Amino acid sequence: MIEVAGVSREFAKNGRSVLALQDIDLAVREREFVALLGPSGCGKSTLLNMVAGFDFPTRGSVRVAGEPIRAPSPERGVVFQEPALLPWLSVMDNVVFGPKTRGEKAAQYRPRAAQILDQVGLRGFEDSYPAELSGGMRQRVGIARVLMLESRVMLMDEPFGALDAQTRSLMQELLLQVWERHHQTVLFVTHDIEEALLLADRVCVMTARPGRIKKSLDVRLARPRALEITASPEFNALRLEVLALIREESQRAAAQI
Amino acid sequence: MKPRFAPPWFVLLPAALVVLWHFGVELRWVTEGTVPSPKQVLQSWNTWIFGSGAGKLTLSPYSGTWLDNVAYSTRRVLQGFGLAALVAIPLGLAIGWNRLAARVIDPTVQLLRPVPITAWLPFAIAVFGIYDASALFLIGLGAFYPIVVNTTHGVRDTNLLVLRAARMMGAGPGTVLAKVVFPSALPSIFTGLRLGIGVAWTAVIVAEMIAVKSGLGYVLWDAYYVGRMDICVATMFSVGLLGFLSDRVIVWAARFLLRWRALEAHA
Repeated sequence: MIEVAGVSREFAKNGRSVLALQDIDLAVREREFVALLGPSGCGKSTLLNMVAGFDFPTRGSVRVAGEPIRAPSPERGVVFQEPALLPWLSVMDNVVFGPKTRGEKAAQYRPRAAQILDQVGLRGFEDSYPAELSGGMRQRVGIARVLMLESRVMLMDEPFGALDAQTRSLMQELLLQVWERHHQTVLFVTHDIEEALLLADRVCVMTARPGRIKKSLDVRLARPRALEITASPEFNALRLEVLALIREESQRAAAQI
Repeated sequence: MKPRFAPPWFVLLPAALVVLWHFGVELRWVTEGTVPSPKQVLQSWNTWIFGSGAGKLTLSPYSGTWLDNVAYSTRRVLQGFGLAALVAIPLGLAIGWNRLAARVIDPTVQLLRPVPITAWLPFAIAVFGIYDASALFLIGLGAFYPIVVNTTHGVRDTNLLVLRAARMMGAGPGTVLAKVVFPSALPSIFTGLRLGIGVAWTAVIVAEMIAVKSGLGYVLWDAYYVGRMDICVATMFSVGLLGFLSDRVIVWAARFLLRWRALEAHA
């Protein structure tokens, strides 16, 4: 579904060129949930942005369903680090922005929106404005509006990174439920090992800058998953394995600075 | 608990100033005849507004002409300001949004902006003559700069992630501009409008003093020439009041249109 082949990305910084990503090869199968895990500054968000169509590779190619990516599209829904809602629109208007923009009929998207708002636990908040919501609820709106697009690919850029620990686990469970229902192809960027293992079918550990994929680990934990799984011995074994990989990279990254 | 009676502190300073003014004139702190007393100003202002009453013989040429002059000035301000907003908002959107527009238009705007509106006066009269067009040109030009600069600023301040979100949801350039960039810039646009209306009142007085023969600015200069300082002061108060009221109208409109921002401020 997502094919990243030989991708490198250079940035010009103070007249010097900085290599952010180097020779990335990544294939995400249809309906697969892949987490990109790495230290901060490793270019994982850059990689996600290139799949989204916000950024483009210096070398190599990014394809989704065989098509090279030229621009952002509702085919690839993105949940951002911040909720990035339109603050002057109500929850409902934020959620239906996509279908409305594409000229869908209200009779078509309204019932769907009600259903999705229900799924993400926002029933009763349709007329609230983003400023009236908590951080977790805003991010639910961010997820709901992507669900409205019915994208086959969902890209998530540390969507729960800014939330407190309590809210974060709630949101992770919510995402698991939502994903069980819709089964999109997901690319999920995070620096949280437990989050990556809890959610993903496969975790790609990235190296410090220049970002490369150091190792790809299959997470063979039964689905549907719940938060309790994080206490299991299998989970713990995986966690230690990833932790060792990450620790190596964090130390390398620290040494670079 | 909200206190039942909030003392109106804001009247304290103006009241003190009026008292100071009154005694300053009464006790001859200033040369006699240069500054009229508050009472004199109030009386003249009253006559200026309502005339000197039926049957009374009046020698004042200003008697009962206040409303007409206020109407002249207000109309000019509204026309000039409206014209400025009509040009400056789209132009500001273009400069803020489009790199080419910014390169082509912005340097010219920045180069002309420091030229004071008063410096344009001879040029305006030479080109447009002693007509309304001169006044409208000056008012419009004066109001144009703050609106265009603030609109540009507002557009450039649009949150990058919100823009990306809109594009991800399928919004094309037109939709992004209308549904994301414009509403996002609206608070800045209103700041520009508030500054603009202030400049417009300054410009209308300057323009009417020299470029036309009606309105509060004309009365101000005329009264000065014939030594009617009481009318001059009444005019100053009139302009101040109108400027204040027009600013309030914009603030109310902003509050109505930007209700979502009030929510943000309380969050």
